[in-house]
Formats: sequence, C-alpha cells, structure tokens
Amino acid sequence: MLLRHTTTEIKDRTALTVNPAKTCQPIGAMYAALGIHGCMPHSHGSQGCYAYHRSALTRHYKEPVIAATSAFTEGASVFGGQANLMQAIDNIFSIYNPDVIAVHTTCLSETIGDDIPQIVNKAMAEGKVPVGKYVIHANTPSYAGSHITGFAGMTKAMVDYFAETASSRTKTVNLIPGFVEPSDMAEIRRMAAEMGLETIMFPDTSGVLNGPMTGKYRMYPPGGVTVEALRRTGSSLGTVALGHLASGDAARALDVKCKVPCQILDLPIGLGATDRFVDTLHRMAGVNVPDSLTFERGQMVDIIADMHQYFYNKRVGLVGDPDQLLALTKFLVSLDMAPVYLVSGTSAGKKFEKHLRAAVAGVPHEVKIKVGGDMYLFHQWIKQAPVDLLIGNSYVKYIAHDEDIPYVRHGFPILDRVGHSYFPTVGYRGGMRLLEKILDALLDRKDRDATDITFELVM
Amino acid sequence: MTETARSQTAPIEGPDPEKVKAELIAKYPPKVARKRAKQIIVNRLEPGDKVPEINANVRTVPGLMSQRGCCYAGCKGVVLGPTRDIVNITHGPIGCGFYSWLTRRNQTDPDTTPDGHNFMTYCFSTDMQEKEIIFGGEKKLKQAIQEAYDNFKPKAIAVFATCPVGLIGDDIHAVCREMKDALGINVFGFSCEGYKGVSQSAGHHIANNQIFKHVVGLDDTIGAGEFRVNLLGEYNIGGDAFEIERIFEKCGITTVATFSGNSSIDAFANSHTADLNLIMCHRSINYVAEMMEKKFGVPWIKINFIGAEATAKSLRKIAAYFDDPALTERVEAVIAEELPAVQAARDAIRPRTEGKRAMLFVGGSRAHHYQELFRELGMRTLSAGYEFAHRDDYEGRKVLPGVKVDADSRNIEELDVCQDPDRYRPRKTPAELAALSAKGLEFKDYQGMMPEMPEGSLVIDDISQFETDLMIEKYRPDIFCAGIKEKYMIQKHGIPMKQLHSYDYGGPYAGFKGAVNFYREIDRMVNSRVWGYLKAPWQTNPELAATYAWE
Repeated sequence: MLLRHTTTEIKDRTALTVNPAKTCQPIGAMYAALGIHGCMPHSHGSQGCYAYHRSALTRHYKEPVIAATSAFTEGASVFGGQANLMQAIDNIFSIYNPDVIAVHTTCLSETIGDDIPQIVNKAMAEGKVPVGKYVIHANTPSYAGSHITGFAGMTKAMVDYFAETASSRTKTVNLIPGFVEPSDMAEIRRMAAEMGLETIMFPDTSGVLNGPMTGKYRMYPPGGVTVEALRRTGSSLGTVALGHLASGDAARALDVKCKVPCQILDLPIGLGATDRFVDTLHRMAGVNVPDSLTFERGQMVDIIADMHQYFYNKRVGLVGDPDQLLALTKFLVSLDMAPVYLVSGTSAGKKFEKHLRAAVAGVPHEVKIKVGGDMYLFHQWIKQAPVDLLIGNSYVKYIAHDEDIPYVRHGFPILDRVGHSYFPTVGYRGGMRLLEKILDALLDRKDRDATDITFELVM
Repeated sequence: MTETARSQTAPIEGPDPEKVKAELIAKYPPKVARKRAKQIIVNRLEPGDKVPEINANVRTVPGLMSQRGCCYAGCKGVVLGPTRDIVNITHGPIGCGFYSWLTRRNQTDPDTTPDGHNFMTYCFSTDMQEKEIIFGGEKKLKQAIQEAYDNFKPKAIAVFATCPVGLIGDDIHAVCREMKDALGINVFGFSCEGYKGVSQSAGHHIANNQIFKHVVGLDDTIGAGEFRVNLLGEYNIGGDAFEIERIFEKCGITTVATFSGNSSIDAFANSHTADLNLIMCHRSINYVAEMMEKKFGVPWIKINFIGAEATAKSLRKIAAYFDDPALTERVEAVIAEELPAVQAARDAIRPRTEGKRAMLFVGGSRAHHYQELFRELGMRTLSAGYEFAHRDDYEGRKVLPGVKVDADSRNIEELDVCQDPDRYRPRKTPAELAALSAKGLEFKDYQGMMPEMPEGSLVIDDISQFETDLMIEKYRPDIFCAGIKEKYMIQKHGIPMKQLHSYDYGGPYAGFKGAVNFYREIDRMVNSRVWGYLKAPWQTNPELAATYAWE
C-alpha cells in the first residue's frame, strides 16, 4: 500500500494539511508570465521558490521553463530585498534581454514588506530598465490564495500595466483562458478564429510550453501575447473570461480601467460550457456560428449518445482547481454520471461552493464537497464508500493504485504522462478527448474484470 | 588515482579554455564578471594533486539563472526526507511542502522494518495563512503536531521551518519540546528557512546537526554482524542503496544505517554503534561523520560506489580497514564474481561510446562520481561543476584550513561536540590507524574533483543558464548531465541530457549492476536515432525539385 496510514475514520483537523490539493501563488504567477511573449518571470524571494516552481512546471510540461530570482540571503531578509531586485533587473536585461520582466513576490518578500513598484521606479530612475522594456509586478504572497489566484494576479497585472484606453472600439475580442494547458489556449483561439473573430488571448502559453524540437534552443519562443497586443486589449469590443477565479479579476480590471465589457464564464469543459462559450462569442461579436463548429458539437453529442450506458450513474471522485472542478462536475452531471466527492484545495468563496452544490443538486447519491480540502480527506471518503472513477492530477494515482479505481489524469500537475500540453480538454474536440479518456478508463476496467464468459468483443 | 583516471586527465582538445572563459563572462556587468571569474576555473594539474583555487559556496548572483535551490530544500532533502518512519511537517505556506512531496526518488522498502511505517508518500504542512503571519504560527504548529499524532501515531515528528517562520519569530524548537513532553514521542525541529546560507548546502548542515543532536545515540543496542558500517550520503535514488546493500550482504558487511536511503529513524538512533562510517556524498553529510568520530570514536573514510572500478576499490578499502583475512577473501571473491558481467557489458558497449565527451553540472558529489562511469565507457569530461559544493569538494580537504568562512556560512550553527564520557570507544588504536594510513587507507580525506579532471577542462561552480548555453555552443558535448530545470533547454539544442538527480526515473547506477545499467543508458542516449530527426526532409533540401503540372 502506498498510502498505508490513511484511515477510514475521519478525525477533525483544523491545523494540519495532509496531501494538499493546491500549491502556492507564485507558481501561478510564473506560469501566467510565461504567456507573455519575450517575458522573463522573476521571483522576488529566496532562490528555493524559483527553483521549486521551475522544477514543477518543467516536470509538468517537459519543456524549458525560464525564470530568474532575487536570491535572498539572510541579510536581504533583514534589510529588505531592494538591492537584490535592482541587481537582478540589471543582470536580466544585460544578459537575457527580455522585453518584459514580470516580478512576483513570495511569502518572504511580502512578510518583510518590500514595495515592488518603488524598487522598480528606482531601477528605472537609475537607468537599469532599457527604453522600450518593461518591468511589471503582481503581489503573490504564498500564505494567501493558491497557484490559481497567483495566476489571476499576474493576469490582472497585464491589464494594469499595459491595457490602454481608446476613443474607439475595434472588433477584437479579448480572451482570458484561465489556468489551463497551452493546448487548451490554442483550442480556444482556434474556435474563435473559426467564427471569424479577431482575438487577443492573454496569457497565452501555447507555442511557449509545448514547443518543437528543432536543434535550436530559443529562450523566448514565438508564442505568447505581445506587449503591443496587451495595449490594444483596452480598445477591444469585449472580453470573454473563462474561469471565474483564474480570469475574473483581469476581466473586471479591464472593464474598470478601459470600459471593455466582459462576460465571465465557466471554463469551456464539456458540452454545456462550450455551448455557452460559443454562444457568448456569437452574441458579443454578432457573428454566425459556422457549420464547422456545429458539426464538432454534433460529433460530441453523438459519442455521448452512443456510449451513454457506460456513463450512467457511475460514481466519480474529483480533485481539482475550482474553475476546473465546477466545469467538470457540470459536465459529468450532464452525462448522467454521479460526481459524489468533490475537493478543491483552493478556497474559492461561498458563492463557488453554492454553485458547486447547485451543480450536483440532481445527483441521486450523497455528495460530499470540501472547498479548501485536501487529498487525505478525499481518500478517507473513498475508503468509506468507493467510487467507480477518479479524476485529478498525478498525485491522485496513489489513491487510484491503492484502491484499485479507474483514473483519468486532469489538472495540475501531471508529472507522469504526456498529452495534456498538446491535446486540449476544452471545447467540443477537447470534450471528445475527455469522453474518450473516461471511456477508456471505465472500459479497460470492464475488460480486466470480465470473466471468460462475460468478456465482450463489442462495446 | 587509477591508470584509467590518469590517462583521462591528459589535456583535452578543442577551443582554448581561457578564451572560452573570457567569453563566458564577457556579457556580464563588471561586478558580476569579476565574481564569476573566480568561480570559472581552467583546470591545471601540478605535482602533488595541486589544482588552482576555485571560489565556491558563495552567494548566487540575483537575476542569473542558477541551478540552486534553498536551505529548506537541502534540509528536507537529506537525512529525514528520505526516512520513511517519521512524520515531517513543513511549517509554512503550502508551496514548500507541496514541491518537496515525492519529487525526489528516494526509494524505500517499508516492509523491511517490523512496524511497516512509511510516511514518505504523504505531505504534511501547516499551510500557513495571513492570520498566522500576523499573529504568529506557533499555536497552529502545536495543533498540527497534535493532529499528526492523533491521525498517524508516528514514533517521531520533525518540523521544518520555511522563510516566513524565521521572520515572524515562531519558536519551533520550543513548540517541539513542549509537544515531545506532551506526546511522549521524539519531536524536534529544523530552523532551515529558505533564505539561510547560499544554497541547499546550508540545509544539509542544519539537517546533520539536528539528527545528531536529537536522534543519533539514542539506542545503544549493538546489533548482529561482524563488520558493521554506516553508509553516509547515499540517498537510494533509483535503488542505488539497495544495490550497495546487496553487495555488502554478499561480502558479509552489515549496514547499520544508511543516511538516508531506505532509512528508518530507529537505525539512525543506533548508528553510533557501527565501527566505520563510509561517506558517499561528502558535501551533504561529512558533518555527521565528523561529529560521530569526535563523540563516539567511529572513523570515516570516503568511498564511492559509482563506477565498477570505484566499487571494487571501495570494497577493498573497507576490507583493509577491518583487516580480517576472511573478509578480504570474501570481498575479493565477490569482486571476482561480479566483474565479468560488468566487463562483458562494457566491452560490448565501449566501441560505441569511446571518445565521446560529457559535461556534468550537478549536486555536490555526483558531478565528480559520475566522471568515473564515463571513464569506464572511454568518454571524457570536458567540463564539470557543482551546484552547491564547497572548495574542499573541488580541490580536496587539504584546502580546508584555508577556506574563508563568510557571513552566510557563519550563520549556520557549528555544534560543539566532545567525547561522550561513557560511549566514546576508539575503534582502532593510534598505532593501528597509523599502520592503515601507511598502507594507503586515507581516513577523513577526500581528494576532490579537480585532481581527477583533464588539464585544461573548465571547472564551473554554480553554473548559470547563460553559461550553460554558451558551453554547449562552444563544445557541442555528446551528453550533458544536470537536473530537471536544465533538462529540456539542453535537449532543445539537440544534445541528450541525463538527469543525475532523478536519473530520469531509471537506475540504479551504483555498484556493479548499476554500472551496467548506466553503460546501457548512456549507449542508448549518445547513439539514439532521435537526434537525427531534428530537420524535416524539406528543410535539409529546400529547393523545389519538380512540379507536376496538370495543364
């Protein structure tokens, strides 16, 4: 047994987190910053933070992940990190020559109270920021929020620093994709393009964290939203933000700053959420939905109809980040599956919990939900009453292995498989991929457990 | 130095290393260039294994992409992180605990100890929130320890401090003492805040200190076995320690404790009863060896089980120490039995690896040890360096008296250890030790990496991403060894990259079987077809050959 000490009996815990279902803000900020073209993410803290974040992102994407650090020592922690950040800015522009340095803070620099804009202003005054280059920042103390809110913070910083108010509106639609895979970002963009829309997506890690092997290493790959495009977000027709927690802040900031109206939707995971995404674009931009997308939708419905018997009433346990968890839960319910255990590590507020509860209102099982929970509790629930399927990140495989439950990897981080950075799970095509993954897991199990008599060729 | 080693120190061909060095620092601002110039050294071998001085264990340059991690990472990574039967609680925000959760590959076999405890698959954290940053986190820590006890009933709990803990002044040691009394189990803490020291190395030292203070010496039972040793600085990545244990068992050598691979806290408590300490990773664990010698009289020698020849040599050193004819005979028999398979694998592979060139930038001992395996494959090390080592790991312990202790190192506690009045037991008389030394068994010594490296090779401490890129461009090595953060950058250049922290999820590479695994792995990597696929046919031959016209 891998998790041999996990007990069926649940004891109250108020102080100890065991097997977390979240990580800290800075890594989310780092990931978002990588979605700006020519950007060097910078961690203002001790070097362990950036080393851990780079390692985690590298393991997840199997791609180079660049970032720099202020490398605090004990002295800097006492006297403040100004000298370290100033030196870092100077070194980064001299040596790595990015267009943008995106600074995020850490628990260390936040606890001592470093004022990033003040330090950056000083660096600019001293000529350490070359003309035409930028230093932006987001406050991401690790003792608040999670990797998702850190992502949201850096995404909002893109608006705060770059979006420009214009006297007239263009026909462009801003797309804020949320903390999703590069493949998902590309798919969201593709669908909008299919509808004939001009879009600006930010952040956009496609082409950055799923790049090709060419024999030439490019520190700043061709992907990512450019500073020029970020400026123009302020004159766009509207913003479609996907995922309330990851994308809501930036969308609202753009509305406040540049009066760009926004629609904040669920992540387009599953049929219903994708329908709402497409319909929103259709109405916001006043364009027709092309037959090609309607065709893809029909294919997805076809799979659901053809294979419905295998989905029906299956009990599912899900661990995920709030935006993913809500969208996936709604999707599973729409398939007549029964999501019964729902855990998000990130605390996402009462409203989120209410939405989640509403999504499972019709599920004919007792549904347990913990927002701000951990995987230890999740595992204890499973020990009390098992499920037919698990969905979650790579850490869930320890539970799946111990309890012998079919398992689909989804979320962050995925450390032991490839595919997530190349093949989306959003949109109709992504939905079809998810359906395939769920069916593979369930039907492989059915095959495995069948007797010589009940083994089926056709399913 | 072995014969193979000597032939490998001959000058390497290629660009003028002094010119390369100048290029490596040319782009840096003057202050940075001056600093890096002392950490980038062209190796020169003078008589008496004398090598040039290198600056090491100094601050990382802010903004320069370094490979290094922090004090917490080092502290949790060695000694207790790889120990299965203790609950390790990270006191801090969630990230630090999360990132160190199962991401090193310290294998363990919980069913080899009667209680079967294994908490290594779990991550325990106090998940500090803003409230605790403002009002203090001691209350939450205390409650967390209580909850860990209530849920898991471990025999020991350790607490690891992260950056904010030190800043807000939580006294984790007081909380640990209080809970130790309340729960009646061993509870102790590590003040390993990430900002301490200049790299993981500070954390190693802190981990060594605390394990020595709180665990080593708690159990005086002398276990079975005639030749009882501790293996220090062996982390059982990919099962290395299992392979070493296998060989030891065959030789009749008993491992009391491995710090820390497949390890149990009970074994640490008892480790001072061993008769010899064997040091694998000198950098991370020499402190415990030194302290055990002072307090309990256990001598230490440096050994290396990476490489078949090195393994044989290390076994002979152990036999020489115990000076027992039966053991010597058994060791020789085991070597004779194991080597033919290794030799056969090497003979088959070597024609495909001969003359290929490697670079190694990793850790605090691996960049040295693995050169041994490359030598066995007929490969040369063009350049190497450590991530977090000190001068003695490069130049040998002979430089220790002259090493400057800077402010960052001075902040790390040095335990004042003296002879234990009851339990100090010299394992050898001074005369016996002198006789063994005269026969060539070096106690408390490590020669360092540089004396075994080629003349003119570049030795680079704490290499930056920028320097890595340039080194690849200048030399185009056949293989590059480093860690996960460097892996894909290097491979994008079209050069295979071997991770020497995680072994790319392979291994073991220690001992005899490990050597064979490594030969095969390197053969696979440097001769892979993959690197021939980088260009599409239309990129290598871009002219349009012909067009088909329908009209």
